[in-house]
Amino acid sequence: MSKEIILSVTDLTKHFPVKKSKDRKKAVVKAVDGISFDLHAGETLGLVGESGCGKTTAGRTILKLTEPTSGSIVFEGQDITKFKHGKMTSLRAQMQIIFQDPYSALNPRQTIGKIISAPFEIQGVNPTGGVKNAVQSLMERVGLNPEHYNRYPHEFSGGQRQRIGIARAIALKPRFIVADEPVSALDVSIQAQVINLLDDLQREDGISMVFIAHDLSVVQHISDRVAVMYLGKVMEIGPTANLYHSSHHPYTKALLSAVPQPDPRSEKSRERIILSGDLPSPINPPSGCVFNTRCWKAQDKCRTEVPQLVQLGGTQVACHFPE
Amino acid sequence: MTTSVETSRDSEAGIQGRSPRQIAWSRFKRNKVGVIAAVISITLLSLSLFAPIVCKILGIDPDTLNLDVLNTSGIPDLPNGGISADHPLGLIPGTGRDLLAQLLYGSRMSFMVAILTTFTSLTIGLFVGIIGGYFRGRVDNSIGRFTDFILAFPAFFMIVALSEPVVKRIESTGIAQGNSARIIFLVFFLSFFGWPGFSRLIRSQILSLRERDFVTAAEAMGAKRSRVILKELLPNVWAPVIVVASLSLPGYLAAEAVFSFLGLGVQPPASTWGILLSNASRYVTVMPSFFLITAGSLVIVVLAFNLVGDALRDALDPRADR
Repeated sequence: MSKEIILSVTDLTKHFPVKKSKDRKKAVVKAVDGISFDLHAGETLGLVGESGCGKTTAGRTILKLTEPTSGSIVFEGQDITKFKHGKMTSLRAQMQIIFQDPYSALNPRQTIGKIISAPFEIQGVNPTGGVKNAVQSLMERVGLNPEHYNRYPHEFSGGQRQRIGIARAIALKPRFIVADEPVSALDVSIQAQVINLLDDLQREDGISMVFIAHDLSVVQHISDRVAVMYLGKVMEIGPTANLYHSSHHPYTKALLSAVPQPDPRSEKSRERIILSGDLPSPINPPSGCVFNTRCWKAQDKCRTEVPQLVQLGGTQVACHFPE
Repeated sequence: MTTSVETSRDSEAGIQGRSPRQIAWSRFKRNKVGVIAAVISITLLSLSLFAPIVCKILGIDPDTLNLDVLNTSGIPDLPNGGISADHPLGLIPGTGRDLLAQLLYGSRMSFMVAILTTFTSLTIGLFVGIIGGYFRGRVDNSIGRFTDFILAFPAFFMIVALSEPVVKRIESTGIAQGNSARIIFLVFFLSFFGWPGFSRLIRSQILSLRERDFVTAAEAMGAKRSRVILKELLPNVWAPVIVVASLSLPGYLAAEAVFSFLGLGVQPPASTWGILLSNASRYVTVMPSFFLITAGSLVIVVLAFNLVGDALRDALDPRADR
């Protein structure tokens, strides 16, 4: 891809300390454990994986809402890894976040107008035509009635609240948005609307997006490229079509085999790979390849050597024995 | 097309959402007990506030000694403690002062102590609670241990023991004399032992609020800490603050009465509920009406304020307006 790289994440780790009273060893939860990827302008990168694999933490760490433990985040050519609050503030207009839970994302004591105008106020931006006009045209853009300017969040449905959250995120025309499972709290018909809205906004404004989700069909629909995470590590990353049709990593295969088919006949013949065992604890992940405890192809090498991401066919895979 | 947009913009003032406050108010209005209690509380509070005017209208005076209507042992001639058109609640035995006037004037002192104490302990509790809940970690830990330390004190005995020396000290510094010094002492120590309760409540609220996504959203927009605290968090703790304030006010009213009863509060001839009660307790066998009226009025006030607090808590239920 020749397009400009807007975000470059290298070896990003985020470890949360946990207190262990018995032995004084410092235990850490390795929520994100060395992920690397580049994001191009206008591109959507889907981030998938099961619950607890570190998707959300990855998203928040990239935005520096939590401090990374190590690694580097380069945003528009600037290494922002070590940026403190003050230096981040001006950059915050360029990078935004959309939340999973629309019920917790809006302050119940503020009107919609106040919520959506907060970015202008905080960043000290004076849009042409006044803040109120800007807010109302944003509301129109995300499909809300601008007359509802003075209403409170509790008067809106989940889908509408998510639109409010989106309006707030795009208010300052950011170049990069982390969408943290923006549709998983909504019902299916609303999901489609919100996804299409995001798709349109992204195309119109040329926003780059990291789209975190665990619904594989949603990710397939919206993403240009997809990264599959497991226990804080990227297992496989590649263009959506390649990853969905010719994946190489056993975990990706297992994950994709779990997607139900809408056609009953192909659903019957669908081959499912059922993984045995549970997700290992991120406090004490398996040595070598973190997937070795549940992989049907695991060999001795997988238990000792950490596989690196290597280009294979259309995707990059971290596996000693890719398919 | 443009005109239709224009007109819709114009009519937008007509579409006004109901704010959480309006919803709480409409819920409060539906609670009959709460409304009645609120009317009683406000009536009593304003009666006490406008005591001089009320007394003038009723033609009673708190300081006049009506010795002519007392018998030789100091008990009013008329039955039921001398209740008559001139003295609606009767007279105080011994001095012959008008009981209603004394109650009205006395309640001013009691309300003043209770309101001042609630206000100061709530202000301190709000401040400390927000700091602890927002900054968490070491800050929160040290604040938490300090509040535990204060809560572990036997507050009642401390106040009893410190009363005399501290009041003397206040008087010797010349800040205030006599009853003012005693009021300062009471408000100070009741607040000193009262704020940890508030601070714990506020801290717990802030702890859960600051994990909500709207706080992260504000941080993601580059908001300063002061903005997050003042604009995002603070408006969300007003509801519990109002509730605990209305519930603790009657508690402090009663506390003031207790300390005055024990002779540690305001001294006669000034009067408060506690002083009147302690006076009445000496006449409880010969003139029960004095005790019943004084204690009854305190019970009514405390009960009314508590019921208002309960109604407010129901109306401001945080789960009902997220």
